[in-house]
Amino acid sequence: MSKVDINKSWNYAAAPESTAHIQLKKKYDLFIGGDFVKPLSKKYFDTVNPANGEQIAKVAEANKQDVDRAVKAARKAFKSWPKLSVKERGKYIFRIARMMQERAREFAVIESLDGGKPIRESRDIDIPLAANHFFYYAGWSDKLEYAFPNRIPKPLGVAGQIIPWNFPLLMAAWKIAPALATGNTVVMKPAETTSLTALKLAELIQDSGLPKGVVNIITGAGETGAAIVRHPDVDKIAFTGSTEVGKLIEKSLAGIEKKTTLELGGKGANIIFEDAAIEQAVEGIVNAIFFNQGHVCCAGSRLFVQASVADVVIEKLKERISTLIIGDPLDKNTDIGAINSTEQLATIEKYIAIGKKEGADIYQPKSQLPKKGNWCPPTLFLNVSQSHTIVQEEIFGPVLTIQTFRTIDEVIEKANNTPFGLSAGVWTERGSKIFKLSQKLKAGVIWANTFNKFDPASPFGGYKESGIGREGGLHGLKPYLKLES
Amino acid sequence: MTLPDLSKTPKIDKVGVHERTNRFCTRSIKTSAKQMGLHLALSMIDLTTLEGRDTSEKVKQLCYKARHLDDSIQGLPNVAAVCVYPTLVGVAKKELIGSDIKVASVATAFPSGQSTLEVKLNDTRYAIAEGADEVDMVISRGKFLQGEYNFVFDEIAAVKQACGKAHLKVILETGELDTLDNVRKASDIAMHSGANFIKTSTGKISPAATMPVVFVMLNAIKDFYKETGIKIGMKPAGGISTAKKSLQYLVMLKETLGDEWMNKDLFRFGASSLANDILMQLKKQETGIYQSLDYFSKD
Repeated sequence: MSKVDINKSWNYAAAPESTAHIQLKKKYDLFIGGDFVKPLSKKYFDTVNPANGEQIAKVAEANKQDVDRAVKAARKAFKSWPKLSVKERGKYIFRIARMMQERAREFAVIESLDGGKPIRESRDIDIPLAANHFFYYAGWSDKLEYAFPNRIPKPLGVAGQIIPWNFPLLMAAWKIAPALATGNTVVMKPAETTSLTALKLAELIQDSGLPKGVVNIITGAGETGAAIVRHPDVDKIAFTGSTEVGKLIEKSLAGIEKKTTLELGGKGANIIFEDAAIEQAVEGIVNAIFFNQGHVCCAGSRLFVQASVADVVIEKLKERISTLIIGDPLDKNTDIGAINSTEQLATIEKYIAIGKKEGADIYQPKSQLPKKGNWCPPTLFLNVSQSHTIVQEEIFGPVLTIQTFRTIDEVIEKANNTPFGLSAGVWTERGSKIFKLSQKLKAGVIWANTFNKFDPASPFGGYKESGIGREGGLHGLKPYLKLES
Repeated sequence: MTLPDLSKTPKIDKVGVHERTNRFCTRSIKTSAKQMGLHLALSMIDLTTLEGRDTSEKVKQLCYKARHLDDSIQGLPNVAAVCVYPTLVGVAKKELIGSDIKVASVATAFPSGQSTLEVKLNDTRYAIAEGADEVDMVISRGKFLQGEYNFVFDEIAAVKQACGKAHLKVILETGELDTLDNVRKASDIAMHSGANFIKTSTGKISPAATMPVVFVMLNAIKDFYKETGIKIGMKPAGGISTAKKSLQYLVMLKETLGDEWMNKDLFRFGASSLANDILMQLKKQETGIYQSLDYFSKD
């Protein structure tokens, strides 16, 4: 045995998750009508590992004709899928959920490989939650009449679903599970930087024996998404992504009878009162903004600290973020992984530059970032006001703005003083304060003494520019149904 | 030394603490980190026997084990100390002559602490006179739960005085304190009244050491250090019997107090069966196979 010197400092050795067990093809076609078919566009694009810039696979780019083909396949499947007995429909969804659990490890590794998020998160949060969504909605499929008493729930038809790159598989589950449970068929498009787990889901669906064409998964960038939105035979659009694109979708659908749900950006207020459990609140701040590199629409990106405890909170926060481990997303000890794409990194860096230019004080811990790939250290901006650009606009990265407040009314006003309204957090040991704030804050979800907690049974969605409609829970069924009386 | 303003004691959110300590347990400690971590844990052990049926023979055997953890593995550190009752301190002291292993003695009417201050001080003085390097005292939990914080403070201060140069570890018996808020409060009282170490448990009450309790105590130590510049040590005791658990505690220590606390002067494990489990893991690292526990001496 080599000699061990216990007087040296103890550091974690590399603990990378194995990639030996995953199966990836070099080239992925479009999943239409139950089969992988070559794109009519004849075009493919690269999907890369954001942690080192290396190409992982080639993915088909669907054009307008490909979208049309997928919608036709979904329309054809819609003739029989809603007519299947609700019990059988539920069985298929349960089967997908179980198979996802069985393949969880492979999904987790591919999610981290393709998207840059730490394996701890994809393994412990993304994949289990995605499976839970299928389980949850499988349970609803034969109980819809009880969900909506005195109404006859009818499916809409073909649902066009466009999902973002921050939680690729989880967002696919959020969209597909309720659509299937309510008897709709699906054309889904993952984001162009994170197509792989959606394509692995397509393989899983193929293996599950789900009737052909009920779920179609096509890949591509914004153009492909636009073609789905504009397609006349799509009955419903469900979109999760930026507010900018959400507005474009709303505009293009004006005057057309197409149901839409939009889950868009956010600039969540995370409010720390002086009577909070400070140490745990600091942990909550970290979890609120540095979870998934801050690529979270409901991130707590605006921190409000009561002035009397601001110094201690900021000191503890600085200390805490200096212990976060940044690096290889596949290492089991990594806390902060890679920024999803070079484009997103450029956006984050642009905002950091704006923050500095506008006179805010920046703090970044000394951390060694890998040479290759897209990286951004956890970043704090101190001494900011409501008027700073970095306080007003969504950055979608590991960047936190910190403001102080004196009174409860002041913080409510400031927290609501934003075009967004997706999430908020309140930290106090006083129950009465929690109830007061949860009534006054205009946000779709408000967490008390915790942050970024998700559950399939809990509806999720935004006020104002953060979106329209709710996903998850009983509320998540409604956007996929016509409720006839 | 004055009693701190306990109305300013930071509040503890139990759910948040559990979430954080669960995160420590997901750290993956492999290869060289595992090897060094296990050596480190071994060097921090207070090898303990605290039974009514303890005899000189039993303590002698324990001391021999302390000096010869496993002669078939080279380069092993010694354990930090042997921990016994006051009447057996003399035996342990003699057995450990010539080694760097300290003798720790429990005192102050251990484990209940239900006696007069005079008895407690005599108990302490006796242990010191017998040669104890370290004294592990218990606080009066009944008084603490009655809100008589000054009483608890004064008692610790008096025992500290009786200890002289010997190190004082103050056992909070967290299993009887009920809430994490109480654990924090008791930690603050102990540190302000002169403790060199704060320690979770006697080992006689269940639950003994748990990660949430130790996490709260480590944070108290951190805040105390910031306030006074004095480094207080931490000793979880009872219930830590596996190598894996000891590594999880070291992860928590590293990520809470940092490298400066990663040594036996500031961190100890109060344990009896932990050493053999660590030895088994080290043997496995060396040979690649798990050996039966029958191949590790039980003393």
